[in-house]
Amino acid sequence: MTTLPPSVPSAPAATEVHAKVFGATEHLAPAAAKVDVPVERMKQWLRDMLLIREFEVRCMQAYQEKKIGGFCHVYIGQEAVAVGCTAAVEHRDPIVTAYRDHGHALARGMDPKYCMAEMFGRIGGCAKGKGGSMHMFDRDNNLFGGHGIVGAQTPLGAGLAFACKYMDEVIDGKPSSRVALCFLGDGALNQGAFHEALNLAGLFDLPVIYVVENNGYSMGTAIARGTTMAHSLVTKAAGYGIDGYVIDGMDVVDVYAEMKRIADRCRATSRPAFVDMRTYRYKGHSMSDPRKYRTKEEEEVFEAEDPIGKLQRRLQAAGQLGDDEFKAMQKAVRDQVREGVAWSDASPPPPLEELFTDVYLEPWGPYTGSAQPAMNGGTVNPAGFKTIDTKEELS
Amino acid sequence: MTALREIEFRDALREAMSEEMRRDKRVMLMGEEVAQYNGAYKVSRGMLEEFGPRRIIDTPISESGFAGMAIGAAMMGLKPVVEFMSWSFSLVAADPILNNAPKMLYMSGGQFGCSVVFRGNDGAGGQLGSTHSWCVEGLYSNVPGIKIAIPSNPYDAKGLLKTSIRGSDPVFFLESERMLGNKGHVPEEEYLIPFGQAAVIHEGTDCTLASWGRPVHFCMEAAEELKKQGISCEVIDLRTVRPLDVGTVVRSVRKTSACVVVDQSWSFGSPGSELASQVHRHCFDDLDNYVHRVHSADVPTPYATNLEQEYLPNARKIVEAVRSATYNL
Ligand SMILES: Cc1ncc(C[n+]2csc(CCOP(=O)(O)OP(=O)(O)O)c2C)c(N)n1
Ligand SMILES: [Mg+2]
Repeated sequence: MTTLPPSVPSAPAATEVHAKVFGATEHLAPAAAKVDVPVERMKQWLRDMLLIREFEVRCMQAYQEKKIGGFCHVYIGQEAVAVGCTAAVEHRDPIVTAYRDHGHALARGMDPKYCMAEMFGRIGGCAKGKGGSMHMFDRDNNLFGGHGIVGAQTPLGAGLAFACKYMDEVIDGKPSSRVALCFLGDGALNQGAFHEALNLAGLFDLPVIYVVENNGYSMGTAIARGTTMAHSLVTKAAGYGIDGYVIDGMDVVDVYAEMKRIADRCRATSRPAFVDMRTYRYKGHSMSDPRKYRTKEEEEVFEAEDPIGKLQRRLQAAGQLGDDEFKAMQKAVRDQVREGVAWSDASPPPPLEELFTDVYLEPWGPYTGSAQPAMNGGTVNPAGFKTIDTKEELS
Repeated sequence: MTALREIEFRDALREAMSEEMRRDKRVMLMGEEVAQYNGAYKVSRGMLEEFGPRRIIDTPISESGFAGMAIGAAMMGLKPVVEFMSWSFSLVAADPILNNAPKMLYMSGGQFGCSVVFRGNDGAGGQLGSTHSWCVEGLYSNVPGIKIAIPSNPYDAKGLLKTSIRGSDPVFFLESERMLGNKGHVPEEEYLIPFGQAAVIHEGTDCTLASWGRPVHFCMEAAEELKKQGISCEVIDLRTVRPLDVGTVVRSVRKTSACVVVDQSWSFGSPGSELASQVHRHCFDDLDNYVHRVHSADVPTPYATNLEQEYLPNARKIVEAVRSATYNL
């Protein structure tokens, strides 16, 4: 085990900018010194963050080239959150998130080619091209979707936790053993569904962690313009009897260390938790956002805290990462994403028959049943029973 | 010979849920007042005693929250039954029930279905006023990805609810508070009723009456009256509107050459308008008249008894529609 030197605390000027963006005056103390993480593990996180960054850069490019349609929200700047949180839970713990979901899919282990092909609207995509950028699902990696309606995933997260606990305790007669991770943006704090979900999670003792990826903005609305108590979001959780935590989401080691502690506790006590994860998106809300609502100076402060650069510098300062090794990492992710793009280009659009598949598991009328995407082996989903086919009968 | 066993509609619903809960631990019931209070309409009476509070779950008044929670649980593999005290209250859960449940399988490319049943009271008739009298089938039948059952009697209610719970797709199950006390024959033996199979409940030769849910009874009343006037009606209970068994109606209309569709939702863009359109298409050369439709009046549901009765489909309106559709007889 190697203990890294702690992250360099931000300059006083940076603290001021943080205070302005999050409406908070306290400065988060670096938590990394508290944990020992094997260097290899930290290098894996560095690789994972580099992969997401590279993927998103290529995504923006592909969007300009019109290979990607619709809305597309990139995760650049927030990589430490998905990577650190995913590392802090077990693979069998379910995860659900909002529409800014490419990072979560990759952090969970989805091959970038399935993620990219989904955005290209190709049959090779994780949802056969029927979901798009906002709807990344991965059954085998326990990712229960990206969800496009702000806040919609918060009751779903409660339901995932409910099911985990019910399966363990009621069906198998064992102690509850899993926790659900539910990510949401700061904008989702203002949705009714979020408050109902928190009340239910608190009331029913559901092991779910609500991680607010607080990047200071919902589209062009600074958090304090849309959300009360922006400087102390944990008070919202307190109102539901749920423990709240504030974490520096720009430091993957901090994210991991704090989230591990919270997840262990949720698992052991089978209770919910709430996390105000302070982070920043470097790019616009979606592909068409000139970012008039914030200053260049503000962006620069957060760019100086880039989670990738931060971990890279710390590993290098500890003598654990050579320049060549880092360059090799960068090249590896570049190659991987480039191959993913080529694979997606080559994947055909979904055949038109796909229009009528996956509407119902049980075939009827024009609906022909359902099958897994190639990512999961393409097996046909079992249908319960057949009902009459009126169309056929009448022709 | 022993008399046929007759039970109330609400008991048929409870038997369906209890039987399915006994055979599959993944099935559980949640909703407002379903456990300790025995259900606002006593449908779940006694279930808490049998299954305990882990499987019969009282929720707070958070339709959006618990509907979404049930869908999340269903994605994980549970089979929740969610009781809406009234389908009128499902409107505040529109996003989970219309945007999540029906679309999850599709937008995940076949990875996550959700086997969840939403059930509760639907429709006017109890002087509950405009906000509490929704016939949600008018809105919800528009949405692909869900199935909708609207039973008219205890036998169908039990068989269809068991099928709903056992199936793999999301189901909206629409009951009527007006009918929960209705008694009907329900055998002791287990049975299931498949979706998409209409029942011809009264045979006739002059006009086809097609309906579902509570107005089926108004159709039967009208058929009695019309018989006295020398008009023989064939009454068909569709039982489910998604899937909709157009075939049975078409076969009947090819025999009778006349058709009246009775649907208690509003007329504009309704299951009734869909059925009428399909009958026109498939029976273009068989019909002697256009397909007539009897709906609730195109106004918010009134409170006063006389206005509410005039608002709903009733036997008188159905008789008039049949006489118009068969004027040439
Ligand atoms: C119910 C709903 N209203 C509006 C929108 C449009 N919309 C999409 S993203 C967004 C901003 C959400 O911001 P936040 O939750 O902070 O997430 P971030 O984009 O910062 O990741 C809005 C208003 C939506 N998708 N859903
Ligand atoms: Mg935000």
